[in-house]
Amino acid sequence: MTSIELASVSRWYGNVVAVNDITMSIGPGVTGLLGPNGAGKTTLLHMMAGFLEPSRGELTVAGQVAWRNPGIFRKVGLVPERDSVYAFLTGTDFVTSSAKLHGLADPKAAAQRAIGIVEMADAQDRRIATYSKGMRQRIKVAAALVHDPEVLLLDEPFSGMDPRQRLHMMDLLHAEGQQGRVILFSSHILEEVERLSGTIQVIVGGRLAASGDFRAIRRLMTSRPHVFVIRSSDDRALGSALIGRPAVSGVELTGSGLQVRASDYGTFTREIAALTRDHGIRLKELLPEDESLESVFSYLLAS
Amino acid sequence: MPALVNGVVLRLTFRATIGRRRALLFALPAVIMIALSAVLTATAHSPVWRAEFLGDFGFSVVLPLTSLIIGVSVLGAEIDDSSILHLLATPVSRVSVVLSKYLVAVGLTFVFAAIPEYLAASIASGFSSKLAYGLLAGAAVGCVTYNAFFVMLSIVTRRAVPVGLLYLLVWEGLLANLVPGVRFLSAGQYSVGVANSIIHNSALNAHLTLGTALGLAIVATVGLLLVSSWRLSAFSIKGDLA
Repeated sequence: MTSIELASVSRWYGNVVAVNDITMSIGPGVTGLLGPNGAGKTTLLHMMAGFLEPSRGELTVAGQVAWRNPGIFRKVGLVPERDSVYAFLTGTDFVTSSAKLHGLADPKAAAQRAIGIVEMADAQDRRIATYSKGMRQRIKVAAALVHDPEVLLLDEPFSGMDPRQRLHMMDLLHAEGQQGRVILFSSHILEEVERLSGTIQVIVGGRLAASGDFRAIRRLMTSRPHVFVIRSSDDRALGSALIGRPAVSGVELTGSGLQVRASDYGTFTREIAALTRDHGIRLKELLPEDESLESVFSYLLAS
Repeated sequence: MPALVNGVVLRLTFRATIGRRRALLFALPAVIMIALSAVLTATAHSPVWRAEFLGDFGFSVVLPLTSLIIGVSVLGAEIDDSSILHLLATPVSRVSVVLSKYLVAVGLTFVFAAIPEYLAASIASGFSSKLAYGLLAGAAVGCVTYNAFFVMLSIVTRRAVPVGLLYLLVWEGLLANLVPGVRFLSAGQYSVGVANSIIHNSALNAHLTLGTALGLAIVATVGLLLVSSWRLSAFSIKGDLA
């Protein structure tokens, strides 16, 4: 079975540690590499593609060491985040050149098959310079799929795509994963990973913060207290009403309003409107304070 | 055994290099040299200027500058804009990538520097003159060695153009003329040495014999291409930092 194996892999630049002692195994299907910007996802992907040498540890892709081994690209397809295209080529020429570089017996047929998979047939004869960001991403995916690789690595594949293009790319990756390929994509957007991938690897600060089934990790995320900042017509009265609710674990009166820690996110957000109405309080503002991905990841790391 | 030269890499490199805005600069030094040669031919009273001007300006300015612009373009520009990943994310050997790109650089420099050198010398002393053939042969050797160096430079540093200019000014322009030992490691001296073996003109200021110049040019070129291939096989993309 094809897989990507990392054993105690670290990568540092001078004194800065980008990836810190990561051990993971990624098998067939779609796996999301999730983490905030600067977490080390791209560094990991580049090491898997043989474009960075691990400072420590062992890394193999489809059973082969990736570093200084262009031969791995017989089994691996790479879709970098960078715009790694020759913009003067047409889509067909770009994918066909990739097929020829892989030494395929019938490069034109392979290119047409790959272009068909990404549904770019209508635009294949246009120069890439005229493509939108989403179209460029898809033609890069076609070039990476042209040799039917066992492993497909994608760095932020949804970056710059509109919602329709995102859905199409998700369907495409899902279908490729169903065929038994190892599909690993990086993203810093939780919802993208949630929709596409059952298995995730969460990277925070260069370390593996969580690994495994998405739903289990999501439950862990939602069990943490959520912090809201509330402004109302009577903050003190609202505070005393809120502290009696089971969904609320703490209330603090601040200079600008109330800071509320909700232990049950769903119940709190359902109850707050009815509670203010019952007490004759007008709600002016309700803001979640720690909904950023970074805070979610930080919580995961701390838990 | 994998092919040493890859046709797809050759074609892509040629189109990418010619298609860049920088390509407009390729012909500029040559045009200036041919124009000056025509003006001097029409106005000068003595033929002494020929070897002096075409040797100095041609081999110290036109040839190295054109080689620098082209040599760092064929690979360095693709590293800068990341299009090199399209080639490197394939099983094509790094030796093959380097050699293919190097051949494009040599070919383009021959067209934009060596042939203009021949044309400028032909305007001055005739198409079948020893001067024209000698300068063409010397420039051809220069295309081969300078480009091997500049292709290597574009792999080892992202500041290949300023470093290359510094090399031309200090190493080739200054040290190769002042320090005897440096002449053995000077692409400019290899070119002049070969040219002088045909022209036999002291104005060329050649310090190496034909055998020494050719032998050292071959050794330097092979060595530089090996270093380039080795360095490209360890090509790294800097990732995001934690």
